[in-house]
Amino acid sequence: MYEEIFKKYTPEKENLIYILHEIQDTHPQQYISEEAVEWVAEYLQIEPSHIFGVLTFYTMFSTKPRGKNIIRLCESPPCFLRGSEKMLKRLAQLLKVKAGETTSDGLFTLELCACLGVCGNAPVMMINEDVYGDLTEEKLDKIIASYTGGEK
Amino acid sequence: MKFYRSHILIGIDDSSLAAGVKEIEALLRSELQKNNLSDEINILETGTLGLFGTGVSMTVFPEQVTYVNLTAADVPEIVSEHFLKGRPVTRLALKAPLKKHYDYNYKNRIVLANSGKINPEDIKDYLAAGGYEAWEKALLIMQPGEVVDEVKASGLRGRGGAGFPTGLKWSFTAPIKAEQKLFVINADEGEPGTFKDRLIMEGDPHKLLEGIMIGSYAVGATKAYIYIRGEYKLCIHRLEIAIKDAYEYGLLGNNIFDSGFDLDIYIKIGAGAYVCGEETALIESMEGNRGNPRSKPPFPGVQGAWQLPTVVNNVETIANVPAIITNGSEWYKGYGPDGCSGTKVFTIMGDVNLPGLCEVDMGTSLRTIIDEFGGGVKEGHQFKAALVGGAAGVFLPIERLDVNMDYNSLRNYAAVLGSGAILVMDERADIVDMLYSVIRFFRHESCGKCSPCANGNEMLYKLISKIRKGKGAPEDLYNMDKVAEAMFHSSFCALGQSLVMPIRSAIEHFKADFLKRIN
Repeated sequence: MYEEIFKKYTPEKENLIYILHEIQDTHPQQYISEEAVEWVAEYLQIEPSHIFGVLTFYTMFSTKPRGKNIIRLCESPPCFLRGSEKMLKRLAQLLKVKAGETTSDGLFTLELCACLGVCGNAPVMMINEDVYGDLTEEKLDKIIASYTGGEK
Repeated sequence: MKFYRSHILIGIDDSSLAAGVKEIEALLRSELQKNNLSDEINILETGTLGLFGTGVSMTVFPEQVTYVNLTAADVPEIVSEHFLKGRPVTRLALKAPLKKHYDYNYKNRIVLANSGKINPEDIKDYLAAGGYEAWEKALLIMQPGEVVDEVKASGLRGRGGAGFPTGLKWSFTAPIKAEQKLFVINADEGEPGTFKDRLIMEGDPHKLLEGIMIGSYAVGATKAYIYIRGEYKLCIHRLEIAIKDAYEYGLLGNNIFDSGFDLDIYIKIGAGAYVCGEETALIESMEGNRGNPRSKPPFPGVQGAWQLPTVVNNVETIANVPAIITNGSEWYKGYGPDGCSGTKVFTIMGDVNLPGLCEVDMGTSLRTIIDEFGGGVKEGHQFKAALVGGAAGVFLPIERLDVNMDYNSLRNYAAVLGSGAILVMDERADIVDMLYSVIRFFRHESCGKCSPCANGNEMLYKLISKIRKGKGAPEDLYNMDKVAEAMFHSSFCALGQSLVMPIRSAIEHFKADFLKRIN
């Protein structure tokens, strides 16, 4: 199942991060399983421990299954100043999860992240590849509803 | 070529995408079509228009009318009034004070000169704006050594944070004889409050490519890499288009312009780690490893990625290079004070009326940047502090508002220019909370390689959390300072060394906020 991805990259360690990105992005649960690590290790001829080291180093990678939509709320100082903690509270309330957890229906994973570089619109979050800025509690309600209402 | 009566420039960046620009653009197209105007009015997607907090914005040329905060309901009115009847809808247009701010913001631009004015996804737009003339000049008329000398003479210094002279950096690698040298762009913009590189790459990706070409030629590198944050999807997309077009136009590849010089540019994508902005950590990450920094020496310029001589430069730094080559170092030195020449892109955010960015002469005062470009502190509130230079920056109080924003002037106040981020706080902000947020950031981003940083951050986090909860003791402030100082002296890389700046400045200038929680 990983052959399609491997075909695009020569078996060199420098392609590891690319391969991991692609495995994660194409997995329905957006994570990298132990089994996948074994396959990559075999293909690149490097130790699985090296791959686990890399996986757990970078915040964009997950070793746990995640929801269909990944919410990444920025908690860096500019967003913090404009109320990211309040937004986190609201999101936790709406989704009934804590940061780092996935909703029971598997629809959302709530994550915290460092600066997304959209500070002019703080507070900011990303859902999958879309950026949402100038967040307020009311806006959050609407955004989340647009994902649960079957629109996306 | 088709002739259009008017051109509509729509700013597409992460901010406007967040405001729903795509839907409005689609609606605009269909409205124009409905009114049979598609052949007369051209729609161009461009980078940021330099306006923030104004939702979906667009500028119409040649009238030079800028519409802001557009909603779907406004589109039919604009089409029928403005494009059909020739009467701009003043209700939706940028008002005079903002307009002045907007024009003023464009006055002095070098790296952002084209941003918001050209279509970043069309190489012809860049060529029409004089693009790739510098590359041609460097490659065909100048010797590599002359390029290095010109950049050295210009006084250009690294815009990533450390401010190291760019020409000098190049001059270490240029004479090295090696089978392969590398030119790497650090586009891992992760300093909180910094988004200048994103806007440069989104708005004018070819300018970065042209700078890379010139720099690679100067140092003799035939492979170049752009190491970019995985989160910057739009930048990656636009850079990929730009690189593809540059190959098609013969600006990259083998034997460019029959000069015998070869160059390939690749994009490397990161995966979320602040420490990878440190050049040796970035190199580790490029090789497919954890982003742990390496010990220096050997410096990357001598032994970098895959042990090859590797020059690492920031996006903004390199985006200055084409203009220096075209206009010469003397021209460049006309901007900014001695020793800090050129312009600097600042990002302004927090409690200001117009968060956004500006490109101004180095040495412009903090007050001018906040008042003129940030639109001043939020209506009805007073300035309390500015965190300058990112999280690895310094909290400046009101007494420091007139400091000139350049490397040397800031050093006099134990402050740094850093990445050029300015986070403004009004009297509602609590510095204990802000410092907590800064320390929490560093605690999360410490790579864990060296214990001063790994353990020091943990200790600092415990101390600031304790103070924040009202359980702190007076000696905790002293302890925080001592821990941060120890980290400064003993940490392996700049990440652990930096925390002393925000901590010391916060406690020195805003002690009252801390004592309020302690007593």
